[in-house]
Amino acid sequence: MATINQIQDEIIEEFSFFDQWMDKYEYMIDLGKKLPLIDSAYKTDGHLIPGCQSQVWLHAESKDGLIHFSADSDAIITKGIIALLVRVLSGQSAQAISEADLYFIEEIGLSQHLSPTRSNGLVSMVQQMKQIGFSLASS
Amino acid sequence: MSARFDIDAIRLDFPILHREVNGRPLVYLDNGATTQKPTTVIDAIDGYYRRQNSNVHRGVHTLSQEATTLFEQAREQARQFLGAAHAHEVLFTKGTTDSINLVASAFGQQFIKAGDEILISAMEHHANIVPWQMLCERTGAVLKVIDITPNGALDMASFGSLLNKKTKLLAISHVSNALGIINPVAEMIKQAHTMGAKVLVDGAQAAPHFAVDVQALDADFYTFSGHKVFGPTGIGILYGKEALLNAMPPYQGGGNMISKVTFAKTTYNELPHKFEPGTPNIAGGVGLSAALKYMQGLDSATLQAHEHTLLKTATEGLEQIAGINIIGTAPDKASVISFLLDGAHPFDVGTLLDQQGIAVRTGHHCCQPLMDYYQTPGTVRASFSLYNNVADVQAFLVATQRAADMLS
Ligand SMILES: Cc1ncc(COP(=O)(O)O)c(C=O)c1O
Repeated sequence: MATINQIQDEIIEEFSFFDQWMDKYEYMIDLGKKLPLIDSAYKTDGHLIPGCQSQVWLHAESKDGLIHFSADSDAIITKGIIALLVRVLSGQSAQAISEADLYFIEEIGLSQHLSPTRSNGLVSMVQQMKQIGFSLASS
Repeated sequence: MSARFDIDAIRLDFPILHREVNGRPLVYLDNGATTQKPTTVIDAIDGYYRRQNSNVHRGVHTLSQEATTLFEQAREQARQFLGAAHAHEVLFTKGTTDSINLVASAFGQQFIKAGDEILISAMEHHANIVPWQMLCERTGAVLKVIDITPNGALDMASFGSLLNKKTKLLAISHVSNALGIINPVAEMIKQAHTMGAKVLVDGAQAAPHFAVDVQALDADFYTFSGHKVFGPTGIGILYGKEALLNAMPPYQGGGNMISKVTFAKTTYNELPHKFEPGTPNIAGGVGLSAALKYMQGLDSATLQAHEHTLLKTATEGLEQIAGINIIGTAPDKASVISFLLDGAHPFDVGTLLDQQGIAVRTGHHCCQPLMDYYQTPGTVRASFSLYNNVADVQAFLVATQRAADMLS
């Protein structure tokens, strides 16, 4: 399994081929469409990370010392960004997740969607993913 | 001053319109949230801090007198803007939200008791819902809500059936912020008065678009926000009829609102100072004054015709885009369009428009009950102002078509 940073570098490489904003967003819309939907059993208020603009559901499972995330959103672009986050963080160890530095977001020009002033639930989602990693790593 | 309306000249008055967003010229269509500021407003605030800054109503020195004069001139400017009878009926507040809270508190304390009814509508902004809910909780009064019809217009039959002798206050928006619908407030005020109810009009979305005359309307209270009429944030106006304001207790206590303070008893200052404790937003008042003067310098009939053209062009253009549904199609509208794209979340549409330099609002617009009525978490809202031009509308339509193609 590739490390978090290897996957981030892969994504940066993929995005470097887009020189138009449209290509980038079309790709994210595609990713959003393909995102394996969260099991509907988990698409409940208990898994909801509310945002003012779009809503995000997040579920985490620990298997053989690795954490697996699945997630969903009601907005397709948010889903595309989630797909990238899940790709980077899912299947990694709790320790690696809690220590991850998610530099790819800035590199591929999506930091505007993940700035703390955005009320789209993504910032809380990243915090929650890392928090899950942190609490499992220290338990 | 002779009234004018030259769109190219007007656009030059607003420096921010000439910046770029995401590499494209800014197309600012979020005027319902806040408006941009003309140079005269920016200069007035700058000049105030450079030349007159000092506290008002308390110093004998020259600066304080000059600042007081400017601040009171601002009040007079707002009086003219609203057509009020007296300047002391015009109170400075922080904005519409603050004004409504003032009335809910002070009018509520004097005039509302258990069993009374307060009437609002299903299209109100949270600022015109929550203060009344809080007042009802405090007093045991009951909140009643006028229905709307599917095209977004108020259901006047519902209004007629809810209005009765127990109704003590009708609080209604002049123009809906989420849909742009203009409500027949003059007629509603007339009917409310026959039942002895007072009326507060939330003019936050009306004042930016057309001239208001509180005496012709016979409104008991009328409020708007400075930042939505090309003025600064943190300042707004509450108009109230003299007799009502005199009958109401103060909202907040402090300096400037008193006539005499002893520990045994404090007597209150007269209007408007009774409702303006503490050091006011002086620079805000000066900026607002410049903004109102700017608007009054424009020919209002031409301005309305211009905004109507923008609305019509945008509406007809959106109707050509497959999958677009306009929410709020009642005929009487300010230059605001709310819409949905089939199968797409408003956030996605807003994000793709932003990438193309177009600023719109997405979300529930602080009108969750209204969004519940349309069973949607939100809409995309384009709100046009006097400085938008047909090129802005066309850029918006092209960008929306592209977003629709990408999301389909
Ligand atoms: C109809 C309406 N009422 C009240 C408000 C609240 O105004 P402010 O936030 O300036 O107090 C707004 C602002 O969005 C509005 O559109």
